[in-house]
Amino acid sequence: MAKVRIPTPLRKFTGGAEEIAADGKTVAQVVTDMEARYPGIKERLCEADGRVRRFVNIYVNGDDIRFLANLETAVANNDEVSIVPAIAGGR
Amino acid sequence: MSTAIGLKCRECGSDYPKVAVHVCETCFGPLEVVYDYALVKRTLTRQSIESRPRNLWRYRELLPLDAEPSVGLHSGYTPLVRADRLARALGVRELWVKDDSVNHPTFSYKDRVVSVSISKALELGFDTVSCASTGNLANSVSAHAARAGLTCYVFIPHDLEKGKVIGSAIYGPRVVAIEGNYDDVNRLCSEIADKYGWAFVNVNIRPYYTEGAKTYGFEIAEQLGWKLPRHVVIPTAGGTILPKVHKAFKELREIGLVDDPMPAIYSAQAAGCAPVVQALHRGADLITPVKPATIAKSIAIGNPADGYYVLRAVRETGGWGEAATDPEIVEAIRLLARTEGIFTEPAGGTTLAVTKKLIEQGSIPREESIVVCVTGNGYKTLEAVDGAVEKPFTIGSRLADFEALYTQLGDGRRRRAALQ
Repeated sequence: MAKVRIPTPLRKFTGGAEEIAADGKTVAQVVTDMEARYPGIKERLCEADGRVRRFVNIYVNGDDIRFLANLETAVANNDEVSIVPAIAGGR
Repeated sequence: MSTAIGLKCRECGSDYPKVAVHVCETCFGPLEVVYDYALVKRTLTRQSIESRPRNLWRYRELLPLDAEPSVGLHSGYTPLVRADRLARALGVRELWVKDDSVNHPTFSYKDRVVSVSISKALELGFDTVSCASTGNLANSVSAHAARAGLTCYVFIPHDLEKGKVIGSAIYGPRVVAIEGNYDDVNRLCSEIADKYGWAFVNVNIRPYYTEGAKTYGFEIAEQLGWKLPRHVVIPTAGGTILPKVHKAFKELREIGLVDDPMPAIYSAQAAGCAPVVQALHRGADLITPVKPATIAKSIAIGNPADGYYVLRAVRETGGWGEAATDPEIVEAIRLLARTEGIFTEPAGGTTLAVTKKLIEQGSIPREESIVVCVTGNGYKTLEAVDGAVEKPFTIGSRLADFEALYTQLGDGRRRRAALQ
């Protein structure tokens, strides 16, 4: 199981939990498993065509999946997947 | 009565109250402050503005506070310098430098956004303020927090210039340096902001923070005698200031304080970190993040939050964007210093180098008015130009010592020749 960190806007789906466990060998599979456990959550993360929404960033062990293999990025047991709103920062 | 009605998602239009929230719960889009412009118009006129103190609060009906501002009472209203010597060097007719390198109190455009965000944070009842920063923002948050008596944590990448690090630490915050680049710092801060009840000026206070950047645009118009220039070149890092200067010009037109057409707005990035300019050149809507590698550390953001809105503003106004290499940036810092006596950091060098490029390639016509946006101060980033300036000549203290040097340099001969 991977550990998935849930940002505030999605915690209404997870009963308020900041971190959940989800299964999968890739980020895509983890998202599918999250949807099975917490119905409705996938629609918030992904567009209708399955791509990650423009304002959502996903990290595996701190690395942005856009520098890895996007949704096909491999996830191992105990990896930390972070979902972080893209809107932050200035300088 | 407050002119700010509430917050609205820029993407899906969902409405939110004026609280410390920055992301739409439905679509993760950014939230933006909405104003009642009919109400703004009643009290915000050219006359009322001109009668107020020379700081950024003179435009307060277009800023998102409900109560009186508590910090930043000396921030903003920086010089708009007519740059004729620089104009001659670039071969253009009318050039202006909007000079936030002398903003109060920490010498960058960040004093604007921090004045607004910390005033708002106090209004919302926070006692701790924080930020993710490449240096300038940390300097400004630290200084304003000290003045307001707030607890302060600033988060920065581990490899910043010494001036930027000490320029925060002196005000007494906790400075936390992260082993990673700005984008790593930013991600961590998003998670910390989610967990701790702190006011992160550029995370959960961001809708208010970004509004402060509009004052840079308001001042350009006011200082040109309530006129808009034809071309404005602005640096892009996270993408806050460019869309907000665009919004500022739109608002001034909306409430009837200026009549001129919208200027073309241009984005300047360093070649070692140009995700927005690359998307612009590709004609793409999606911005591919990059790993930054440039001396322009203050704008080294590889994953710009508002990059998409920079693209939109540039395209909507008929502008363009270019990237400058590190040597071009250093050369532009020298050029600005030697023609106008203004010492900027690499972000300002980037903007000027890109302006030069845009003029040379014909994107900006030579006969129309141009504003170059200088957003930071070179005294904080001495490392960037250390090898690019003449070393001092060390001599003895006798007159003969100087005369020997003067003869050796040949300055006197050149001067006499020039006079003949």
